[in-house]
Amino acid sequence: MDMKWNRNTILTLVALVVFAGFLYYAQNHFNYYVLRIMNLCAIFTIFAVTFNLIFGYTGQFSLGHAGFAAVGAYAAALLTMSVAQKEANFFLKPILPFLANIEWHFLPSLFMAGIMAAIVALIVGGPALRLRGDYLAMATLGFGEIIRVVFVNTQRLTNGSLGLKGIPEYTTLYWSWGAALLTIFVLKRLVNSSYGRALRAVRDDEVAAEALGVRLFYHKILAFVVSSFFVGVAGGLLANLISTIDPKVFLFTLSYQIVGIAVMGGMGSLTGSTIAACLYTVFLEVLRPIESPFNIGSLRVPGVPGMRMVLFSALLLFVILFYRKGIFGGKEFTWDGLFSVVKRLGNRLRKKPPAPVAAGDEEVER
Amino acid sequence: MSLLNLERVVKRFGGLTAVNEFSTTLEEGELCALIGPNGSGKTTIFNLITGIYEPTEGDIAFDGKAITGQRPDTIAGLGIARTFQNIRLFHGLDVLENVLVGHHLRLKAGPLAATLGLPAYVKEETEMREKGMELLESLHLGELAHEVATSLPYGQQRKLEIARALATNPKLLLLDEPAAGMNQTESRELMDFILHILDTFDLTVFLIEHQMRVVMGICPRIIVIDHGETIAEGAPQEIQNNPRVIEAYLGVGDYA
Repeated sequence: MDMKWNRNTILTLVALVVFAGFLYYAQNHFNYYVLRIMNLCAIFTIFAVTFNLIFGYTGQFSLGHAGFAAVGAYAAALLTMSVAQKEANFFLKPILPFLANIEWHFLPSLFMAGIMAAIVALIVGGPALRLRGDYLAMATLGFGEIIRVVFVNTQRLTNGSLGLKGIPEYTTLYWSWGAALLTIFVLKRLVNSSYGRALRAVRDDEVAAEALGVRLFYHKILAFVVSSFFVGVAGGLLANLISTIDPKVFLFTLSYQIVGIAVMGGMGSLTGSTIAACLYTVFLEVLRPIESPFNIGSLRVPGVPGMRMVLFSALLLFVILFYRKGIFGGKEFTWDGLFSVVKRLGNRLRKKPPAPVAAGDEEVER
Repeated sequence: MSLLNLERVVKRFGGLTAVNEFSTTLEEGELCALIGPNGSGKTTIFNLITGIYEPTEGDIAFDGKAITGQRPDTIAGLGIARTFQNIRLFHGLDVLENVLVGHHLRLKAGPLAATLGLPAYVKEETEMREKGMELLESLHLGELAHEVATSLPYGQQRKLEIARALATNPKLLLLDEPAAGMNQTESRELMDFILHILDTFDLTVFLIEHQMRVVMGICPRIIVIDHGETIAEGAPQEIQNNPRVIEAYLGVGDYA
């Protein structure tokens, strides 16, 4: 038992070191475009695993991710932008005085982005989590839209629909993947604890959980607030990656995409969410050509913007109809699991090295 | 000292009176059965005691404290545990984890301590697991600890649900039709099992049963209700010969 634990810990550490080395190499050698995609992978990983905590583990169907990401993005953007940039941005109406002359470092800004999102989650979750199922989905969807509309109209805080430009591009692979690994680590620890068992109990049967003394509301809020904290951080990373944000970045379609990713990855599987988030982000880029005109034989297909989303929807439908459990179906990556798979495949197939992402994070605490 | 006291409890759903002025007292260490035909309000009474429903009128006191209108988790914390008529196990958790959920309400460490794995939490978690395994082993469920709860055979699921309720360390255990769906031998075994836990866990048991003969042998006191009202109460022999009970179960013979 002890031997095994040691082996797995060593493997995890090795995987983490390899992954860190890979990130270092990538950050210094890969081009801007590839780096952008890799950063987005990390950000969408955070979105997907946090959604999984709320829905996959706690059973609360929330569509509020876009709203919390918006809160985090604006918080981080306003805190990191230089004083001069703020002046340049807010030319229609002046920025609120308390924000005008501050310029924070990236780390405290990200932390603040998470805190702001968590506070909003606490305020929204109070009434919303008293609702169940579809009603909760409606309420949180509404919240996301309300946040967006509020951001359009609070010009002195957010510069309205003009958005914010010239946000410093602080987000690097170290920041984005560091945050993603930290998120996965924290979530994994939480769901494996007694609180995690209580969350899953609430998901499986609220009446029984409550009869056993599990405080339903407290546990739902707990999942909601913890998730939203990391969603806020991810929003901050996004703002400091793309350097320009406006309320339209955080349309409700973002929440749908996150749901789609989490479903494809498998509900209740952080590994699945991570892999699905990366696949989704990469495929979205790979499929970019289908939005421009192309030929199938002699047939000329005109370029249709948004064609990728059609494919994405079709893929989601396919998963729901034929592969309902998603890629990982509630299971997690473990070294033991990997070894047994490798053993089973035996000599017939090439030995497949573990994906550094999944390898690094899922096993950290075991 | 009486452990549970229901005082003229009424529950109405719109125009329907499910429970009408139900009063009873349970003494510590007692084993009491609540029987009655289908739809007579037995489960509603359990739901009132455990806080799933709030009584329309009347008072419920447990261990000297008024619990009327309290939330189910608060009531569970005070020491009332229950099982359900249709088994409600957590299907995403294994057998041991199901039991551990029952321990969760006594956890002192907060979510942050649990996530960080602080020593205080680790100690509690280890103790929890030890106690959980002990409980499972004492009920002969030990070797099933890591099975998916809902993959167990029916009878074992019933037992596990009782084990899970016992994990909350209750003073009063409410069993809602524990023998439902069992044949005579199985329900006989189950009743022995209930007598066994009554002895070992220093409990008071209040159980609902649909079939009279199941409880006749083991329960010293039986309460019979029909249409939400108590129609008889007493020792099995008295109940058996009570004309109102016979009427409730078999109907009135004379249609003239």
